[in-house]
Amino acid sequence: MILAFFNWEVIISTTQLLTTDGIPLKQSLKKAERKNKIRAFFLVFPLLLFIFVTFVMPIGDMLLRSVDDAQINTVFPKTFEEYNKWDREKDKLPPEEVYRTLFEELATGEKIQIGRALTRMNYSKSGWKSLIKKTSREIKKMTRKGMVPESYKETLIEINKDWGDPTFWYSMAQMVNKQTPIYYWNAIDRTYDQNQNVIMQDEKRRIYVQTWLKTLKVSVYVTFFCLILGFPVAHLLANLPLRYSNLLMIFVLLPFWTSLLVRTTAWIVMLQQKGVINGVLVWLGILSDDGRLQMVYNETGTLIAMTQILLPFMILPLYSVMKVIPKSHMRAAQNLGAKPAMAFWRVYLPQTIPGMSAGGLLVFVLAIGYFITPELVGGKDGKLIGSWIAFHLKTTLNWGLCAALGAILLAVMLVFYWLYNKIVGIDNIKLG
Amino acid sequence: MALPSYASPVQKTYYYFYLFFCGVVFFFLVAPLIAIVPISFSVSPFMVFTDGMLAWPPDPEAWSFRWYRNMIGDCSADVVSSTVPCSNKWMIGTVNSFFIGIVATVIATALGTLAALGLSRPHMPFKGIIMAILISPMIVPLIITAAGMFFFYARINLVYTFTGVILAHVALATPFVVITVTATLVGFDMNMVKAAQSLGARPVKTFFRVIMPLILPGIISGALFAFITSFDEVVIVMFMASLDQLTIPKQMWAGIRQEISPVILCMATCLVALSIFLLTTVELLRRRSERLRGIKPR
Repeated sequence: MILAFFNWEVIISTTQLLTTDGIPLKQSLKKAERKNKIRAFFLVFPLLLFIFVTFVMPIGDMLLRSVDDAQINTVFPKTFEEYNKWDREKDKLPPEEVYRTLFEELATGEKIQIGRALTRMNYSKSGWKSLIKKTSREIKKMTRKGMVPESYKETLIEINKDWGDPTFWYSMAQMVNKQTPIYYWNAIDRTYDQNQNVIMQDEKRRIYVQTWLKTLKVSVYVTFFCLILGFPVAHLLANLPLRYSNLLMIFVLLPFWTSLLVRTTAWIVMLQQKGVINGVLVWLGILSDDGRLQMVYNETGTLIAMTQILLPFMILPLYSVMKVIPKSHMRAAQNLGAKPAMAFWRVYLPQTIPGMSAGGLLVFVLAIGYFITPELVGGKDGKLIGSWIAFHLKTTLNWGLCAALGAILLAVMLVFYWLYNKIVGIDNIKLG
Repeated sequence: MALPSYASPVQKTYYYFYLFFCGVVFFFLVAPLIAIVPISFSVSPFMVFTDGMLAWPPDPEAWSFRWYRNMIGDCSADVVSSTVPCSNKWMIGTVNSFFIGIVATVIATALGTLAALGLSRPHMPFKGIIMAILISPMIVPLIITAAGMFFFYARINLVYTFTGVILAHVALATPFVVITVTATLVGFDMNMVKAAQSLGARPVKTFFRVIMPLILPGIISGALFAFITSFDEVVIVMFMASLDQLTIPKQMWAGIRQEISPVILCMATCLVALSIFLLTTVELLRRRSERLRGIKPR
């Protein structure tokens, strides 16, 4: 056997096969292959480029922004340079030079740039904004009069005694680098103390860990409910004769095709206090007229609406897996003496695991990034992490924190995306 | 899947419970969509079933096209209500939605079909990773996409423009085209391309005369998916569109947040009708495509 293999090697290496043009066959084949590869790639290239520019680059930009701290460094470059020379062990307050450069940079800086820097400074320590604003005004007055202070340090402390407060100066240490992890720490309720140690936020500012956990909790619940509700339905659809199952499939596909907002609105109509469900319950006499249930604008509403909205994503993968499980398996198991429950548990259920994991992951991944439905039916305590991202993007304009929250969510997503790819394969996604 | 005649009473109970449970889930899936339809024809300015609507015999006073007329911008005296504003915003939104949707669909379908053709070739290098990148806009949560795009498009002055919104929608819609067209190409007999070429057809001609007619159902389904993606998209529009780019979902969002009115339900009813139409079309196309490719219906 080994000898035969060896012989082949010899033959291939000694007698080269040639094409009619006299080029070795191997080379010619390779060339043709390369041509085909390039051709195939050129078909994909326009879309790849398009997605790269319109989608991948924006996401990358967001990731950069989550650690970016360059803006403030363009406003106070010299101050920060001098600041780094300050020996905290030796002096309680920074040296005169720091005060001088800060004074000059405030006097000459552009108002918009300083304004942006102030917002950033307030993230590190509240109070910076008003301190610098007041000081700036005084400095402008002095420069207009042409006054040059003798001691910048004393003048500044005279303008506002906070300039003599070392905690303000300590907080500046977080800003002197052009990259900062602070937004990531903020996104998990941590912040820096004056010695640059990571500590917990104030009790009343701790919102994100709680929200992350709630987002996870809601996603797990929704996935679980979808599985419980979706499994029997998928089983029924997969086992009914085609003409019935096609008809019933419409019940699954209609919500899938209907606008998310329409479905969310529909749930508000159903669940509100004067809504359909409460109305029916009162009419049946189960509830008294003033005992109407509060089912919307809280977590219950979010769970109900999200389960209905994501249910098709569970049913469709389950259905496509169950469709190909031969019906004879259950019969065979029962023939061999298994009770129906045992046959189901030992024979049928294990074969549906690919479908369950595909559907489960899909639902979970979609749920974790959900934003519209929790925002509309979640009320105050139903808000998930997506709502906070939107809030910082649109309302507080704390884009660093917004980007950091997004980046963490993205990282969680990618882990599950990778899992999905391992289990199901990205190119096995099917629609409808 | 009927129960065998020898089933025990316990099995029968289980079986009927199972059918009942499935019935409840089907009801859960469609009931909310059906419930909004009658309320949209209500006279009352609240999104509820009024007593008049539930009365028997039906009370014609309780029903009207009032809110539909409000929706199309008819602000006559019997239409307006103190709590429900009347404007032509819904109509502007409809025009914008169709404009953005159609332009985005055309671009997405062209790019997506080309890419699917490339991806289905056996010689495609780095297929896995390219597919992962092309599908990613569908997987990444919309809020992250919206944040990233908002930051990036703001740098190049594309926020609050039609171009920006359309580009974003094309990016979101192409995965659907790629997936549907690739799925159609799975059963495609590549020998036909070779046959066409051996008979002297150039690649472009081969595509339009041989490949396209066969995969057309897939392309159309992909296009419809792309259209509905853009048409229903609200998160991107919320951040990247100004009032000039008002679309139906943006107006609905504003409606739900501020003035809960039956006009929203009128638009919702129209959208449900649209989705029934699209769903039927896609389903018919899928069957036609399977017939064309000689796959027996599942």
